[in-house]
Formats: sequence, C-alpha cells, structure tokens
Amino acid sequence: MLFKRKNHYDEFPTKYTVSEAVKNGGITTKISMLIMGAGNFAHKQILKGLMFFVMEVFFIVFMALSGFHNLAMLPSLGDQEQTEIWNEAKGIYEYVESDNSLVLLLYGIATLFIIVWFVLMWCASLKSAYKTECLSNEGKHINSFLDDIKDLFHINLHKTLLTLPVGGVLLFNILPLVFMISMAFTSYSKEGDHLLLFDLVGFKNFGKVLSLSNNIGKTFWSVLGWTLIWAVFATATNYILGMLLAIIINRKGTRGKAFWRFCFILSIAVPMFVSLLIMRTMLQPSGAINTLLINMGIIDKALPFFTDATWARVTVIVINIWVGVPYTMMQVTGILQNIPAELYEAARVDGANAVVTFFKITLPYMLFVTTPYLITTFTSNINNFNVIYLLSGGDPTPVGSTAGKTDLLVTWLYKLTIDQQYYNVGAVIGILTFVVLAIVSLVTYRNTGSYKNEEGFQ
Amino acid sequence: MNNKNVPSFTKYKRVITNSLVHILLAVLAVIWLFPIFWVILTSFRAEKGSYVSSFFPKHYTLANYVKLFTDTSVLNFPRMFMNTLIIAIFSCIISTFFVLSVSYCMSRLRFKVRKPFMNIAMILGLFPGFMSMVAVYYILKIMGLSEGAMIRVALVLVYSGASGLGFYIAKGFFDTIPKSLDEAAYIDGCTRWQVFYKITIPLSKPIIVYTVLTSFLAPWTDFIFAKVICRANADYYTVAIGLWRMLEKEYIDNWYTCFAAGAVLISIPISILFIFMQKYYTDGMSGAVKG
Repeated sequence: MLFKRKNHYDEFPTKYTVSEAVKNGGITTKISMLIMGAGNFAHKQILKGLMFFVMEVFFIVFMALSGFHNLAMLPSLGDQEQTEIWNEAKGIYEYVESDNSLVLLLYGIATLFIIVWFVLMWCASLKSAYKTECLSNEGKHINSFLDDIKDLFHINLHKTLLTLPVGGVLLFNILPLVFMISMAFTSYSKEGDHLLLFDLVGFKNFGKVLSLSNNIGKTFWSVLGWTLIWAVFATATNYILGMLLAIIINRKGTRGKAFWRFCFILSIAVPMFVSLLIMRTMLQPSGAINTLLINMGIIDKALPFFTDATWARVTVIVINIWVGVPYTMMQVTGILQNIPAELYEAARVDGANAVVTFFKITLPYMLFVTTPYLITTFTSNINNFNVIYLLSGGDPTPVGSTAGKTDLLVTWLYKLTIDQQYYNVGAVIGILTFVVLAIVSLVTYRNTGSYKNEEGFQ
Repeated sequence: MNNKNVPSFTKYKRVITNSLVHILLAVLAVIWLFPIFWVILTSFRAEKGSYVSSFFPKHYTLANYVKLFTDTSVLNFPRMFMNTLIIAIFSCIISTFFVLSVSYCMSRLRFKVRKPFMNIAMILGLFPGFMSMVAVYYILKIMGLSEGAMIRVALVLVYSGASGLGFYIAKGFFDTIPKSLDEAAYIDGCTRWQVFYKITIPLSKPIIVYTVLTSFLAPWTDFIFAKVICRANADYYTVAIGLWRMLEKEYIDNWYTCFAAGAVLISIPISILFIFMQKYYTDGMSGAVKG
C-alpha cells in the first residue's frame, strides 16, 4: 500500500534527508532554508541555485498577488451577491458582480496544489544544498550543471520521462478529482438556487444520500441495488458464455476456427456506440424488431423493451451479452489453449463427460488464472456508462424521480450533474461509487498472485 | 454388445455432435452479425425515416451517402470527420509518448516513488471516469480553451492528458524483455536513455502499434467527453456526437438512413484498424523475445 509496512526496509538509502540537513547542516545549508539555492550557489552550482531561487521568487510573487487571497476565500467561498448600486455621476444603476464560488473553490484548491509543490521544491533544495556541502567537505566531486543534465538521461532518467505524464495526470485527473470531491461538501446545486454562490456544508449531503427518509436517499439505495445486480449478472453471463463460446470454437472437431472467431470479432470491431445506437433504434416501439414481429403475426402489439421496468432490465443484460461475449472469447482463447492436455486426458480415462470436465477442470483452472481479469470486468461493469446510457438512457423513469429503473450509479451521476445540476449530490454519488469499487477490488486484487509476484517472471 | 459396432457408433455420434456444433455456431454468428447487416441494408434504403415495414428495403439508393457529404447546412459530416481526425492524430502522438515513458519507468527503473505511483494509479482508476468531467470543463474554461477553435486543443488534452495512467499493458510487455539485454548494454557503456531508445523501443513493436491504435481510436468512439466539452458549438463536433444527434427526435426522420451511412463509413476503417490491433495485442501478450 501507500503506507510503509512495519517490516519495510528502505530500498533507497540516502543520508541526505531533510531532517539530517536541519540537524547537521552547515551555514550554507542553513541559509538555503531561507534563500533557496544559496547552498548550490556557494558551491559553484550557479544555474541550479539560480533555478531554485527563481522558483522561490515566483512562488512569493504568486502568493502575494493572488495566493493568499485565494486561500482566504476558501472557507467562505465568497458572499458578495449581485447587487445594484446607483452611480450618481453617470445617473445609472451599475451592477456589482456576484462572487463565483465555483471559481473561488477551484482557485483555492489550485493554490493548495501549488503550495504542496513549493514545499516539495523547498525540501529538494535543502537536500541538494546539504549534499553539496557534505561532498565539498569530503573533498569529493560536485556535479556541474552539465553533469546534472547527463544524469537526467541516466541515473535520473525517470525524472525526465515522468515529468510531463505526471503533470498531465495532476492537471487532468487529480486536480479535477479533488475539485469534484470538495464539491460533495458544498451546497453547489440547483436546489435553493446555489448555482453561483454556495457554501461549505460539511457532511450534510452524505447524510441526505444515505438516509432512507427522503427522495434522493430512497433513489440511491434502489439504484445501488440494481447496479450490483447488473454488475453480477453482466459479469457472470459474459464470462461463462464467452468461455463456452471459446471452448466450442476451440474443440477438436470444429472446422474453420479462424472464420468463426473472425465473425464474432467483427461484431465488436464496429464502434460500440454505433452498434448500441443501432440496437436502440431497432428495439423502439416502432422499431425494426417490433415491426417485423407484428408483420409476421407473432405478436399483436409492440413489446415494451424499454418502457417496462423488468423488460428493460432483462433487455440491457441480454444486449450486454451481445456486446461482451466476443471480448471474453478473445481474451480467454489463449488461456484455454494453455490448460495442460493431460488433465483432460485423465478426465476422459476416468469417464467424465463434457459437463463434468467443464465444471471440474476448465472452470476452476480459468478462475484461478483470470481472477484479475474478472475483477476488472466487474468494476468496469459497475462503471458501464455506455451500454446503459446509449441503450435505455436509464428508462423507464418513474414520474418525479431523478433516476430511471435501469440507471446505474454512474448514469444517475451523469444525469444529476449534467442534466439536473445537482452537483453536490452528484459528487457524493461519485465518491460512494468509488467506495463500493474500492472495497470490492482492492481486497481481492491484493490477494492475487500477479500483484504479489510482480517480478516472478523476470 | 457387439464389439464391432462400438467404433462406428462413436464415429456416428461424433458426426452428429460436430454438425450440431456447426449449426449452433452458424446461428450464433448470424445473431451477432445481424445488426451490422441491418445497418448496411439501411444505409442503402431509399425510404426515409426509422419506421420500416419490411426487412429488405423496397428501393436501393446511394443518395444517403451523397447527402452525408453534400448536405452540410444542418449537420456538417465532412467537418466533423476532419475534426475527429485532427484530434485523433494529436492525442495519439501525445498519449503514445506518455504511455511508453511511464511504462518504461515502471518496468525498468527503480526509484523511490515507483510503488506509490503504481498504487495511486490503481486507486485513481477506480473513480468513475467522467465524475471529474465537469471539473475538467471548468479547468479548461479558466485556461481559455473552452471557446472557438481552442475546443480542439481542449479535446486533445482531455483524451491524452491523463493517459500516463494507462501504463499497465505496456509495462507488462516491457517486463518480458530480458534484463540481461539491458545489463549487457550498460556494460558496453550505454546510458539508460540509450537503452530505452536503442534496445527497448525497437523490441517493442507490437505494444507500440497497440498503444498507437488504441489512442487513435479513442476520439472516434467516445462521445460523452466530447459532448460535455463541445456543448452547443456544432462547428467542433466529433463524428460520434454528430451520429448521435442524427438520432435525436428533430433529425431522425430526415437523417436516420444517413446515420446508417455514416455509421458504415466510420466503422469500416475502425474495424480494419481494430482487427489489425487485435493481432498486435495477442503478439504483445505473448512477450517480446521469443525463445
């Protein structure tokens, strides 16, 4: 995990740590605490010292110009409402713009990120100053700027390669995520007209979603129930049927294996949103399937594929089989071919038939090998936005409810934020979805061999 | 029982099972390919609208394809196509670079934040992907990327910005390259950077092709992010939003058969790339250096 275990030993021992620098550092190191880069300067690492110093100047200027203001606004998130002020000179009403709590919240969080970054830089400069001091005391070689650049392509290659990707992740994943999580603790919602100006409200939204006494709470528990049922059924049906299909194609007597595989792979090669939209139009009350069935005289009136709750739920699971089985087949084929033939031979000698062989040999073996795959499938099914949103759109929706009968937590989250603008409740649901997923997967995943024996094959 | 009959009986039984299996496979294949067949038929259908009275179209026409490229007043398909192509190319370049660098670092280099980074990446993967979509939109807005032509830049960043988190498959591939190759190179005086681009990259063709294709295909198939970022700016719609809009109530009567034509046109290159990618995926899974 993130946290050190008790028996953890330090893989990367170094004596140049912050605490050592504070304890044993000489005068140049001490000055570096105040003026970043001073230690490097003193030992002729001019450019490196200059870079540290420039960073510090930038940080101080930023904090003075807007950083402190951003932080100060964070607790209240602004309280200036839009007001009219009579301008005597011009003889008109002028509007004072309202504070925008959302922008204030985002700026506040971004400022916190920048402060964390600065603290890290400060530690780095201190360590660097202490290191150069120690090296010069011991009379060892101190890296010149050119040496540092060379190191960036050798010892420190990870810094070169990771800077941009990690920056991207910070900006487009972690920052938005923190921003969104913080929304869960505010009153940012269409409810009570808090779209422009809102406040921190603590855990109130969580109470609202988890309690059974109001609308949102009741909807939450029923949506959660359906999400879990959906995830279990969607995963299990796809897994078993996909495996059966792979077995049937792989069995000795089947001719044209490549051709059959191609047929099924072709169906998923078409972009998913295209095939799902086609399915949706085909299953409408006046769509192709209903029309054809009525014309053939099999049924009298249109089947309620997306208008009846039970019909809709079965329909999405069945169509998900159509979507998912080829994927499973593809991924399972290789593993199936690796099952030792002796096992089947022995079973045949003992007189086991195909069904017994499947349940006693194939399934246990596959479960053993594909547990990580199963977990990812399960989590991606809980988050399966596409199938539900493009097929049923969550319908049928009872009157006055925010979620339909086939809505998953994720599609409900989407509706709450994008359509209904209940941003705070949406954020709470996102967090709860994460909690559900984390409980399911982290525990299981950490007990699988592929995590424990990461380097087992090297 | 007569011993002589046993072989012929089992042979007889095998023939029956085999034919049953083939019939079953044929039925399944028809079910799986039916929607594709249907959309191809619809794209040549002369009757407008989504309401059909017969399975096969009464008249066949190419007008749907022509309309898709000539009737650009309401839904400008050629422009959407160009938008998506541009976005796909740039986001593909950026994400390939990000994914390869991160997975190489995770697989080959040993440094302090490696394990924490991998764990954080796993935890981040558990959050619903578009939970932060609204937040991303506001960040892009503050950066001034939410209006006009900058929407294209915004979409490129959205598709490729956080791609460094998707390093697991490529890392698994790099793990299979024998470490002895690296060590031999170090002894010969190579730096780690040289090992990366002179040894690891040339050995990783399958996984590079796989990464390039997956990231190239993403903008063609995603429509949720594109919809949130583009909002009402129809000039910068990608193909996915365009096709989705053709099925909305106000357009479906006029555009349903064009939707089918567009779907066919988009699906052909994507299917080819996908099947191509599949081959590299299986190659990638079986390791880099074969015994």
